[in-house]
Amino acid sequence: MSISRRSFFSKLGKSAAYLAVLSSIPSIAWAKWNLKAFTAPNLDAAIKINYGDLPVIDSDLVNLKAPAIAENGAVVPITVESKLPNTKSISIFVPDNPGPLVAKFNLGPSSVAKIKTRIRMGKTSEVIALVEADGKLHRARQAVKVTIGGCGG
Amino acid sequence: MKIRVKAKEKNGIVAAKLLIKHPMETGRRKDKDGNLIPSKHLTTVTLDYKGETVFDAHMGTGVSKDPYISISFTGVKGESFEVNAADNTGETAKKTVKIK
Repeated sequence: MSISRRSFFSKLGKSAAYLAVLSSIPSIAWAKWNLKAFTAPNLDAAIKINYGDLPVIDSDLVNLKAPAIAENGAVVPITVESKLPNTKSISIFVPDNPGPLVAKFNLGPSSVAKIKTRIRMGKTSEVIALVEADGKLHRARQAVKVTIGGCGG
Repeated sequence: MKIRVKAKEKNGIVAAKLLIKHPMETGRRKDKDGNLIPSKHLTTVTLDYKGETVFDAHMGTGVSKDPYISISFTGVKGESFEVNAADNTGETAKKTVKIK
């Protein structure tokens, strides 16, 4: 046997320490902010960069609340609620904005899958909410008419 | 950058309202001399409670100026959580909030 008793125990100790370090890392690996996803020129590219090739299905369990007419495109209140179990993330897209991805919210196990925020819309467009749950993208959409655009320039 | 947070607990659910003072410049706007104003916008906002990330938002320029986010999570009155925000120029802000 080439391995001595002493080196065996020393290795065992080291690997135990290694395991302890590994298990102290949070169980969810949070992705870093992704510039590419936010500068993608169109909706399909933005979805693909964010979620890869996950299938997209329309769902009644995703509730998207947005005004039918927004007088000021600079501030459009949006509420997205997911009634799906295991909701991992909620993202908001505006296809006609210069960068279609507005925001992506990654949710931990203790959070309630309901987000309220305010977004910008350059012109009249659809607002799309995608909820990632159980390896699928659940979609809800609504058209918002914008009277004054809010993207400047 | 300044973070303002209100957090209220009811029936075990904490409703947190985050308001972050930030210009959210898109980089497409011009000043009065016709020069482009460089982009300066928030990239990430995270909420940590009891050593766990409850919520991690990634955003671009499509979020309105002075971003507002409302989020709920299970929590206990009197305990506190931490909100961290960072923008694309490297500026960061941090706020510890007590749940009311």
